[in-house]
Amino acid sequence: MTTRTLPVTDLSLVVLVGATGSGKSTFARRHFKPTEIVSSDFCRGLVADDENDQSASKDAFDVLHYIAGKRLAAGRLTVVDATNVQPEARRQLVRLAREHDVLPIAIVLDLPEEVCRTRNAGRPDRADMPAHVIQRHRRELRRSLRGLEREGFRKVHVLRSVEEVEEAEVVLERRYNDLRHLTGPFDIIGDIHGCRSELDSLLARLGYVDGHHPEGRTAVFVGDLVDRGPDSPGVLRRVMAMVAAGDALCVPGNHENKLGRWLKGRKVQQTHGLAETIEQLEGESEEFRAQVAEFIDGLVSHYVLDGGALVVCHAGLPEKYHGRTSGRVRSHALYGDTTGETDEFGLPVRYPWAEDYRGRAAVVYGHTPVPNTSWINNTICLDTGAVFGGKMTALRWPERELVDVPAERVWYEPARPLVTEAPGGHEGRPLDLADVHGRRIVETRHLGNVAVREENAAAALEVMSRFAVDPRLLAYLPPTMAPTATSRAEGYLEHPAEAFAQYRADGVERVVCEEKHMGSRAVALVCRDEKAAHERFGVTGVTGALYTRTGRPFFDDQDVTEQVLDRLRTAIGAAGLWDDLAASDSAPGAGDWLLLDGELMPWSLKSAGLLRSQYAAVGAASGAVLPGAVSALEQAVARGVEGLDGLLAKQRERGVDAAAFTEAYRRYCWPTQGLEGVRFAPFQLLAARGRSLAAVPHDEQLAWLDRLVEHDPTGLLQVTRRLVVDTGDEASVAAGTDWWLELTAAGGEGMVVKPLAALVRDAKGRLGQPGVKVRGREYLRIIYGPEYTRPENLERLRQRFLGHKRSLALREYALGLEALDRLADGEPLWRVHEAVFAVLALESEPVDPRL
Amino acid sequence: MFLTISTTGIPERPATDLGFLLHKHPERAQAFSTSHGTAHVLYPEASAERCTAALLLEVDTVALVRRGKGKGRGGAPDAALAQYVNDRPYAASSLLAVALAKVFKTALHGVCQAMPERAAAPLPLRVEVPALPARGGAGLVRALFEPLGWSTVEAEPVALDEEFPEWGDSRYVRLVLEGELRLADALNQLYVLLPVLDDAKHYWVAPDEVDKLLRAGDGWLAGHPERKLITARYLSRRWGLAREATERLELVRLAEAEGLDVEDVDNAVDESTDTEERPVPLAEQRRDAILAALHGAGAARVLDLGCGQGQLVQALLKDVRFTEIVGVDVSVRALTVAARRLRLDRMGERQAARVTLLQGSLAYTDKRLAGYDAAVLSEVIEHLDLPRLPALEYAVFGAARPRTVLVTTPNVEYNVRWESLPAGHVRHGDHRFEWTREEFREWAASVAGPYGYGVEFVPVGPDDPEVGPPTQMAVFTRTDKTDETLKEVTA
Repeated sequence: MTTRTLPVTDLSLVVLVGATGSGKSTFARRHFKPTEIVSSDFCRGLVADDENDQSASKDAFDVLHYIAGKRLAAGRLTVVDATNVQPEARRQLVRLAREHDVLPIAIVLDLPEEVCRTRNAGRPDRADMPAHVIQRHRRELRRSLRGLEREGFRKVHVLRSVEEVEEAEVVLERRYNDLRHLTGPFDIIGDIHGCRSELDSLLARLGYVDGHHPEGRTAVFVGDLVDRGPDSPGVLRRVMAMVAAGDALCVPGNHENKLGRWLKGRKVQQTHGLAETIEQLEGESEEFRAQVAEFIDGLVSHYVLDGGALVVCHAGLPEKYHGRTSGRVRSHALYGDTTGETDEFGLPVRYPWAEDYRGRAAVVYGHTPVPNTSWINNTICLDTGAVFGGKMTALRWPERELVDVPAERVWYEPARPLVTEAPGGHEGRPLDLADVHGRRIVETRHLGNVAVREENAAAALEVMSRFAVDPRLLAYLPPTMAPTATSRAEGYLEHPAEAFAQYRADGVERVVCEEKHMGSRAVALVCRDEKAAHERFGVTGVTGALYTRTGRPFFDDQDVTEQVLDRLRTAIGAAGLWDDLAASDSAPGAGDWLLLDGELMPWSLKSAGLLRSQYAAVGAASGAVLPGAVSALEQAVARGVEGLDGLLAKQRERGVDAAAFTEAYRRYCWPTQGLEGVRFAPFQLLAARGRSLAAVPHDEQLAWLDRLVEHDPTGLLQVTRRLVVDTGDEASVAAGTDWWLELTAAGGEGMVVKPLAALVRDAKGRLGQPGVKVRGREYLRIIYGPEYTRPENLERLRQRFLGHKRSLALREYALGLEALDRLADGEPLWRVHEAVFAVLALESEPVDPRL
Repeated sequence: MFLTISTTGIPERPATDLGFLLHKHPERAQAFSTSHGTAHVLYPEASAERCTAALLLEVDTVALVRRGKGKGRGGAPDAALAQYVNDRPYAASSLLAVALAKVFKTALHGVCQAMPERAAAPLPLRVEVPALPARGGAGLVRALFEPLGWSTVEAEPVALDEEFPEWGDSRYVRLVLEGELRLADALNQLYVLLPVLDDAKHYWVAPDEVDKLLRAGDGWLAGHPERKLITARYLSRRWGLAREATERLELVRLAEAEGLDVEDVDNAVDESTDTEERPVPLAEQRRDAILAALHGAGAARVLDLGCGQGQLVQALLKDVRFTEIVGVDVSVRALTVAARRLRLDRMGERQAARVTLLQGSLAYTDKRLAGYDAAVLSEVIEHLDLPRLPALEYAVFGAARPRTVLVTTPNVEYNVRWESLPAGHVRHGDHRFEWTREEFREWAASVAGPYGYGVEFVPVGPDDPEVGPPTQMAVFTRTDKTDETLKEVTA
């Protein structure tokens, strides 16, 4: 006897059917991986400690269905090893397969009663099974055999003898829609609707010569080749030839589907342009019509291409349907999803599935005519209404470039006007709670996975929802920064020596010391104009945003924000930075924007509440108490009371420290009126159109920023003083230390020491700290209290632990970089927001706030 | 931390008797160790005519912060203690009261074996506290001390910073008390009222604090017109202190990051400033109006979006017609309060199955909220910045799409009728806007049309002929007839 092959689709639910003792388990073990098999006996054992306890069957099958369901949801071939001789048992499995949009396949072991009895007799646990059980199973099996296809099994293999079972070989077959092995490059072409001439122009622009691309590119048609337009047969002829020659792939549109049914002689309404196609086909040969029917019949609803990175179908497809096979997958691929409502033109309202889409694969589709294409959540609609007088659009993959040709005329009047979705969706629509809620892992390109704990996400959700600016404008939040290692130098808690030494030890030769401005952190998103803000970020009526380190609007008054943005915009324009900074491969001019990180001064502008309740309060209380206490002590000493000299000296010292404290905070306060007196010191350009600037070396950064400050005639912008230090050169290190002493002696907050190269890794390849702060001795009084400089206080304060702060700084830094990369790459809003939100969540991790 | 107590005398009854009464020798400087630092007692002047005792407490701030068990954070309820930048070394607070009680323990009890008759009799006293933190200001200081027999109560505010006069006064006053009082009474008053005015205790309030209060208040507290305030503050509003301390940690951090006062951030569960609650129980009328509208719509499965502390959820639970009630709020603290208020953990299974509390945010779409009969947004929208309102509109009307949506919000026109509300002020510190009736109607219409809802308006509270009702409510109803299909499609 020759080998009998049993084809099995590689993602399917294989249901073994056979009486007890027919050898199902043995068969399964021989042909499938042990983990692919779920057996009812095993599940009985799980719930009842006895594989033969029939009273546990209901619970056992619940478990079996649950496990099988989890495997199918994860896209894994699953084999059910149970008798499955009763229709009800099989019905449940067919339903399970459909729920997960995989094919149910039956393999039937129809063996003689005698064989089953002998086998059972040989098993001690089944030896005393009554004979009528096998007979009943056999009876039920025979009754079922003919109806299996009707029950929904897409393949049925019946093995009728021990020999057949022995000789059978299971062969896995790839699903028709699985073309992951094809990597293109592809040119995906939107809806054509019989516009033959535009198609030819588009193919020519894409470089095809007579349907063939000399560089071996493959065209992929998203369907709706026919109807409404002037030459549907011509389009069909071209596409069918390209597909036949292997130059193209094609998925069916709803119009092909309907045409196919008409060609098969079914009764269909000749609406929405079908009548035109039928008329055009009348001039064609019977043979051609048969070819068309065959072509349409063979179309596969969608394709998964390029290693799974690309999915092409006609009307869009949610991720859980990718690579699946079921009626509803086909239906969604052809018709999309509707809300059940109809609009004022009597057309069904389409369910915005793309807003919910969170998949990794790009979904390229057509079906819904829009004036302009735009990516939303890694999906793009290529139907730009060529037949309605719009244009015909193609997407080059993997380049993600759009190529289009205008329609030669309006071939067909649309039933409703074409409307476009703003990029990222209007009104913040695509952001879903599931994108940020609960415990999350954010993948970053520079630090791997960063975890966000549930309670931190919960805290961030409140801040983000109640206080932050519109998430579409909140493209970045600044990371926290660790201080330098604690100094042992007398009188100092922080000193540059440790910062230089640490970077040197990490192999960073050149660092830049930047003056640390003492105000409030402010991130500015500046768009070239309202139109640019709308086109890139989907917002209306504003030209950007200015927000604090927790995402709050910096100014309550939007007019003041716009004034600041306007001054920034003027300086950016005058300095010629728009064009210098944007990615060189993006189209010049349109959609310019720039994201800057900086410090807004004075401190008193934003922190008036804290100043009054805490800093000035301490100054006021000490000022009210200490003179009186000192004079009381002086009087007592003068009277000759002994033993007070030490206390008196100490109180006098307290007075001096308190005065120094008051001086320290006063330096960062001055009155402002509108923008009068307000200063903004930008210290990093974060991103511009199509490009993250976060890894640009700081000397280049500072040169841009200097240009920016120079071109600001209003005095708003303030330069950041800096000094480059060679960490291996003693003289240079000494100069750096002197510079810091000089800065802080003049009342400066201190400095930030950053690797000149910005993004650095240490010898072991670990991401390095993007900067450490070295705060001045006087400034630290504001942090550690007026009397922190006393030796006994300093000694205790030196016991501080920087490990957590450093780790936090790195994680937030990596998340910030990730947000900027995602923003620059034009990734969906939810992807950018995920990283930004994670920074805010990490900020609520408890860490010593003085670090 | 510093205060002085002075008295005057005549040769027969020399002022230096103060030393006997305080049990501290005027010619010696003495130091006592207390739990937060060293207390010194010294006499800057000590003559028969005039004698002044000074109590000086040296507080160790670093130790104060580091004592806390949490990393770098004090375990005590007073958030200010977590700061190294801290007025505790200077201001006369509960720390000073504790030192006072320890150092002058015998005098506080009115005991003086050497001269019992002097301890029992009033003395001409002058007490000076140069920096007394006074929550409630100089007015409250006077209200607290004036009924206690002092002839002069001087409470002079201390400026925050003379270089920045625009910042105004600090929360400290320089307090001078003069009058004929028993020394023990004066000390007991200070022992109670210093922490009351400071209103931030440094130690956990234990049950025995009640006894301490009653002992120190003997003879003067019971008849004090501000007795309620004194008691409540002295006991630090003991209820839920522990809870509050842990819940506030997050907010303290956020406030620090923003340079704000914690109060500015922590208003999610604060209704104390809601002036509309006081004159009439408007909140109750609002709930009644909402219940009526829900009944009118025949709703059984209801979302309370922005449920806060769960008052409406509680009302809905009492009505069996509501079979499923989901309270959603963005604040985890509010939900914790709501769960406690509803006694969720002790509720019977059947009742508990009707109610769910979820953390959620209307700035995001949320699949858990789809398919309900009705959603209530009661006093919610005005807590959102206007530019972020469209996201809420989409999340509620576009994504969740309940059949009925109720929105209530203050009617700003009515504010002139609130006596306690200064002109031009909003009703709650966190209200980002308050609308006139016309503005509300315009907004409602702009939402209803595009999302396929019809809208009607219902006044809540007395409908003033001129300025309308205090609260306005919009009842949105879906106009399409395909709810069931929609549910299937979106499920």
